[in-house]
Amino acid sequence: MNGAQKLLIIGGLALAIIGMGYGLYYALFDEHQTLEGMGVTMATGFSMAAEEKLPEAKTTLARYGNIRFEYVREVHAHSHWISLGMVLIALGAAFNLVCFPERVRFYIAVALVSGAALFPLGVLLQTTDATILAQVFAVGGTMAVIGGLAAVVWGLLLPARH
Amino acid sequence: MIQTDKLDTNSAQRMLVIGGLLLIIAGMIFGDIFAVFILHPNAEEIGNALYDAAEAVSVQEPESVSVHFMDIGDRLENRGTKVDTHVHAIKLGYLALLLALVQPFIALDILSRRRLAQLFLTGAVVMPPSIFLIHYVGLAYSPFKTIGWASIFADLGGLLVIIACIGELAGLCIYLRNGMGHDQEPTSDWATVNTCQESRLLLTGGTMMLLAGFLFGAWYAAVELKGHESMEVETLHSIVEKAAGNDMESVEKSLGGYGLLQAERAVTIAAHAHINEFGILAILLAFVQPYVFLRPQWRRRWIIAMLTGSIVLPVSVYLELKFGLIAGAVADIGGLLVIVALFGMLAGVVRHTGRLDAAAEEKIT
Repeated sequence: MNGAQKLLIIGGLALAIIGMGYGLYYALFDEHQTLEGMGVTMATGFSMAAEEKLPEAKTTLARYGNIRFEYVREVHAHSHWISLGMVLIALGAAFNLVCFPERVRFYIAVALVSGAALFPLGVLLQTTDATILAQVFAVGGTMAVIGGLAAVVWGLLLPARH
Repeated sequence: MIQTDKLDTNSAQRMLVIGGLLLIIAGMIFGDIFAVFILHPNAEEIGNALYDAAEAVSVQEPESVSVHFMDIGDRLENRGTKVDTHVHAIKLGYLALLLALVQPFIALDILSRRRLAQLFLTGAVVMPPSIFLIHYVGLAYSPFKTIGWASIFADLGGLLVIIACIGELAGLCIYLRNGMGHDQEPTSDWATVNTCQESRLLLTGGTMMLLAGFLFGAWYAAVELKGHESMEVETLHSIVEKAAGNDMESVEKSLGGYGLLQAERAVTIAAHAHINEFGILAILLAFVQPYVFLRPQWRRRWIIAMLTGSIVLPVSVYLELKFGLIAGAVADIGGLLVIVALFGMLAGVVRHTGRLDAAAEEKIT
């Protein structure tokens, strides 16, 4: 196993474990409460409208929107860390087939691992006040993953072209 | 050179490859059944319940509103737990195949690796059915206020999987520290992927699908997501406002808009998720090909079936907005194509293990 493969496989396994650990924590301590919060706020919003309390109804429905915003991003982080982790492991196993010099392959591996770690973290940070950091991580991470994948596709297609 | 000793009798690798393929097939069959029989009727029922809730607002009956929302919550839980079952079964199958892949590099003795594989598969078999049962078991006899017994077992299954993965990671770290695997030279049997045309096809196709899926997801996140989220709350405001004003005609229009918005979100996310998942599956299956003991033309047929289905399903799901249930039916056929291809490959793997076992028996006698 060369350096790039080690990085991808260990990084991938670590990310998968982090994703699963986060999922377990979320399932135990947050998910049910979040889902209940979404249901209660939506139902309460409609109930308040039925009681002719329209401004309160709209405020409650806006709160539903905020809870849903959080829920989507928390589930996103869990699923993307694991999925990206698995992609890294799988690509790591086949990385010798990517027709670039070892140094270039290592840089591609760095891009993939860092992107895979940062992109879901950035999405998760969108639920906090660190909005700029969230944006930097999410956008930067996405570009790193897409760039890395594009480079891998190119490296796999190179032998076919030549 | 194909290393035929890799799926030895009772080896961790054999357990993980066959267990992984079975989990993926089970998850996909469940997903197809859910998509055909539950998904759309469930969405329609939720829409009807929301209309009833809006009607209750117009006649100023808050107790009725609560009843209708409990109904909506129940149907959302029904849908959510089934989607979760489908996703977790498949993801655990992928993880099993990945762990099979790295077995040559886990520097632990044969018994420990087998135990870790058994631990992983136990957790993987417990988790999806437990998730499925969450909707039916509820909080019955639960010692907790918000978590029922089905959830407890699902979390336990997840914990077993995590422990197994940590064990595998520890074995990998020992290998990297010492530079050696278990009893044999850790040569890259991934070199067989290089010599196998079918494997290269799956590897390249899978990576291209991943790239397409990520580009699509990035476009949705950058261009559509925020708009959809703010539109959802605005539409809900409009529904309650019009319902409170007893304007049920406008409520119906707004509900139609709300339904369309949810559908647009759902099909976009489903298309993104499915093309990525099939991309991962194709890459994983590239490593399984050397163990698919079938004639080359049949190996190629299963691969073409798998890749075709992998593209047809997400594209058709996305086109459901335009072409309705016809596109949905085509998507289900795409899924079925992938399932059939997986069965074909699994049959090839079982034949290969049978050949190994027969050869081992002959050596002994």
